[in-house]
Amino acid sequence: MTVNGQAQSHDVEARTLLVHYIREACGLTGTNIGCDTSSCGACTVHLDGEAVKSCTILAPQADGTAITTIEGLAAADGTLHPMQESFRQNHGLQCGYCTPGMVMASISLLKENPSPSEEEVRLGLEGNLCRCTGYHNIVKAVLALATDK
Amino acid sequence: MIPAAFEYVRVDSADAAIAQLVAHGDDAKILAGGHSLVPLLKLRLASPSVLVDVGRVKDLSYIRDAGDHVAIGAMTRHHDVEHSALLAEHVSLLPAVAVHVGDSQVRHRGTIGGSIAHGDPASDLPSAILALGGTIVARGPKGERTIAAADFFQGFLTTALAADELLTEIRVPKITGAKSNYQKFNRRAQDWAIVGVAAFRHGNTCGVALTNMASSPVRASGVEAALAGGASLADAAAHAAEGTSAPSDLNASSEYREHLVRVLTRRALEACS
Repeated sequence: MTVNGQAQSHDVEARTLLVHYIREACGLTGTNIGCDTSSCGACTVHLDGEAVKSCTILAPQADGTAITTIEGLAAADGTLHPMQESFRQNHGLQCGYCTPGMVMASISLLKENPSPSEEEVRLGLEGNLCRCTGYHNIVKAVLALATDK
Repeated sequence: MIPAAFEYVRVDSADAAIAQLVAHGDDAKILAGGHSLVPLLKLRLASPSVLVDVGRVKDLSYIRDAGDHVAIGAMTRHHDVEHSALLAEHVSLLPAVAVHVGDSQVRHRGTIGGSIAHGDPASDLPSAILALGGTIVARGPKGERTIAAADFFQGFLTTALAADELLTEIRVPKITGAKSNYQKFNRRAQDWAIVGVAAFRHGNTCGVALTNMASSPVRASGVEAALAGGASLADAAAHAAEGTSAPSDLNASSEYREHLVRVLTRRALEACS
């Protein structure tokens, strides 16, 4: 598979979860493990451009796919991805633990629905839990990038 | 949580998957999107010795107009059911239910075949297929057979699929122009339904089936009969708990579920009218 555009090839046990592959084999620890039960969304990455929960995918299932993690978003010169910048501008984070997953899920959400209503943003992010912000500023950050209907 | 070790086999066709099932029998388990099975593996509630991954079997992923019904390949993801224009036109109950499965990440990976084959009475799609009077296509070493949804779900995580059979397709009759609704009651976002009611109405035709009201999805025959007999929506909904054997658990007592199912059935019927 490729992770953030780079080919990655490691011999791992078939039972290795994608999130462990990303963190331990590839050494990319931006993707967090929260609940480990496909509830919290902290482990959200993109698989062939779509948000998925990497704690509920076996690494061999992702063989041959293109994975993008939070580390793959910013430009080479460090310029943040517009969604990262929007989270920053809108203070869409406090402790930051859910943030990588929130950002990945938010990008996927806008890709599928570029001009969501507030309700659609809240529903679209139902698979991501944040215990600090009350979601308000996260929703604001996503809506700031929504195109007008 | 790490699954117990298993042998992983990736196949590129349904026939190759069946050959693996024949070779390994009960020790093998089919892996589709993995969003029912992988959590069970991680909890070690399931520990098959062989996992047969059908995730790359492209010809099992489709939504096709088949004349009087719509045929859905087993590997079709919830996301694609949710957004299908063909289903929206002819079988609107399915997209209405699919959007309630898990969350958007889960719907990107989870498949309709996997969800049906898993046979969880608390999951949403089995009751939709039952309400619609759908048919499940199973393929095994001796060929293909079709199983009515009413005969398919046999108990908690138990279906009519034999150990050497692969669920390949789901067929749902076209009910063009029907109004559909799914009422899902849960306490937390993305959770399983404490109780769910899937309903459609079209003229004098209707179908109502219930999620998590027994060890398998239940058709609300009493409600359907009352409606057919001209009862009001509220009077028909009062029959919703008949023939159920609702579980009592951490989330709700069986009495509470019986109350909920009557209320939710009325709401679903009202939304379909």
